[in-house]
Amino acid sequence: MLERILYNLLQVAIVVGFAPLAEGVTTRLKEILQSKRGPSIFQPYRDLWKLLHKDEVVSDYASWIFRTAPYVAFVAPVFVALLIPVLTRYPLEFAFMGDMLGGGFILALGGFFTTLAAVDTGNPYGPMGASRTRMVGFLAEPVFIVVFLTVSFVAGSTIPYIVQTHWSTPIANFFEPSHILLLIAFLMLILAEDGRIPVDNPSGLFELAMIDRSKGLEYSGRSAALIKWAGAMKFFVLITIFLNVLVTPWGLAATAAPIDVLVAIPCVLLKVFLFILVLVYIESSLAKLRLFRITEFLGAAFVISVVAMITRLSAI
Amino acid sequence: MQSTGLTIISALDALTGALFLLTALGVVGTRQVLASLQLFIVQSVLLAASALLLGIALGSPHLLAVAAITIATKTFLIPWVLRHTVSAEVYRTREIGRVLNVPASLLVAALLVVLAYAVAYPLVEAVPRPFTNINLPLGIAAIFLGAFTIVVRREAVPQLLGLLAVENGVFFAGIAIVPNLPVIAELAAAVDVPVIALVVGLLTRRIYTRLGTTSVGRLATLREH
Repeated sequence: MLERILYNLLQVAIVVGFAPLAEGVTTRLKEILQSKRGPSIFQPYRDLWKLLHKDEVVSDYASWIFRTAPYVAFVAPVFVALLIPVLTRYPLEFAFMGDMLGGGFILALGGFFTTLAAVDTGNPYGPMGASRTRMVGFLAEPVFIVVFLTVSFVAGSTIPYIVQTHWSTPIANFFEPSHILLLIAFLMLILAEDGRIPVDNPSGLFELAMIDRSKGLEYSGRSAALIKWAGAMKFFVLITIFLNVLVTPWGLAATAAPIDVLVAIPCVLLKVFLFILVLVYIESSLAKLRLFRITEFLGAAFVISVVAMITRLSAI
Repeated sequence: MQSTGLTIISALDALTGALFLLTALGVVGTRQVLASLQLFIVQSVLLAASALLLGIALGSPHLLAVAAITIATKTFLIPWVLRHTVSAEVYRTREIGRVLNVPASLLVAALLVVLAYAVAYPLVEAVPRPFTNINLPLGIAAIFLGAFTIVVRREAVPQLLGLLAVENGVFFAGIAIVPNLPVIAELAAAVDVPVIALVVGLLTRRIYTRLGTTSVGRLATLREH
């Protein structure tokens, strides 16, 4: 009982602690691929440290939404980290508080508040980015729903722990066509949700072309640190769901022994690293889509998820 | 023991089938001519993989021959013929004039996949064989999607690729229904299909040199001066 709670908190600590590292590694690898040296992989930690010690400037026109949004955005991925399998194969203490849909809603709540905050100040770029994020969100939503429906239909549950065991036992389940198609659709969703390259350029500095990043432009000091950290954590949480629930349900602790759980940590980090390699390859080999081509990208994701559902429905 | 081996092979076959369907959707959806040619090559490789798996599972040397012939003609010969007969200019074109835009055509494609499953379901029920439940509906879906590609695209080369995708779909469904295909049928296909590709390629080349476009959809308005 007690150790389950402890492991659950350890999960959260890993998500909070290693999320900036994942971002740092991504940036570094991308720069290396462009024949540059790139910043240290620990640079995001230094940035956060610096921002946390700076003064904050808040616009006179900003309301309470602007001030609370960073906290909501920061807490949302932390809550989701309680629900998903990060280290263990068996459900932990808070696993049954919410399913994958619940996790999706919590993440969406964080996004909703940052969007509101972007509209809240007088900054002209904020509302523009906010409306674009909503557009991407509206297009991604049906894909999410169909993916979750298919997953719940296949595994008979939407609790991530149960879904995860379904794919790996027996191994033939892993090669199901619907599973592979779901993976592809979910990967496209992660790219869209996190503002990665075919949809948005995460390292771009041109305000007019920004989708996701322009929401945080008005923040400074501690709030900016929280928004940055929240973005990194959301990315980490999405990768963890993708890897531990859908792609590679192996390498997690099977027993409650502390040594097993500790061994699972490097395994998970290795998996995240391998995923980042794939992500960097995708980001470096594609060009950013024009805004109105995003419809096609997510339309393709939608069709793939629908086909996944059809192949599953008719296989019975 | 035998049954677990068979389950894994059928799982792998289902996997190749899913990717096969995905490439068929890709041929409908991509904008670049070159990308649709590459997707067609991938689709042919997947067809060969499925034939190989079925050949091993059912112990049928004919299917191994099908796999070998598919690899030889559809991944090497046909792309080579198409690359050499049609000028490189055509492959560089990006925005293909289409009848429907990409999201709409993809949605229609999803409906066609549903239709394919609806059509194939009674057939699978009627003749239960080891792999028909996987290959037959996916093959029929690929036939529909290939036909839809011909309808929805206006450039000559993607239309030809749609036709070849139909051919791939026929074989994908066929290898499950008739594992002991007479080799003469497969050889005929192996000779026929490259000849079709060659003829259409040469025709496209002529059209391109005369008109500067390969947009077949606009040929309806062609008039004699």
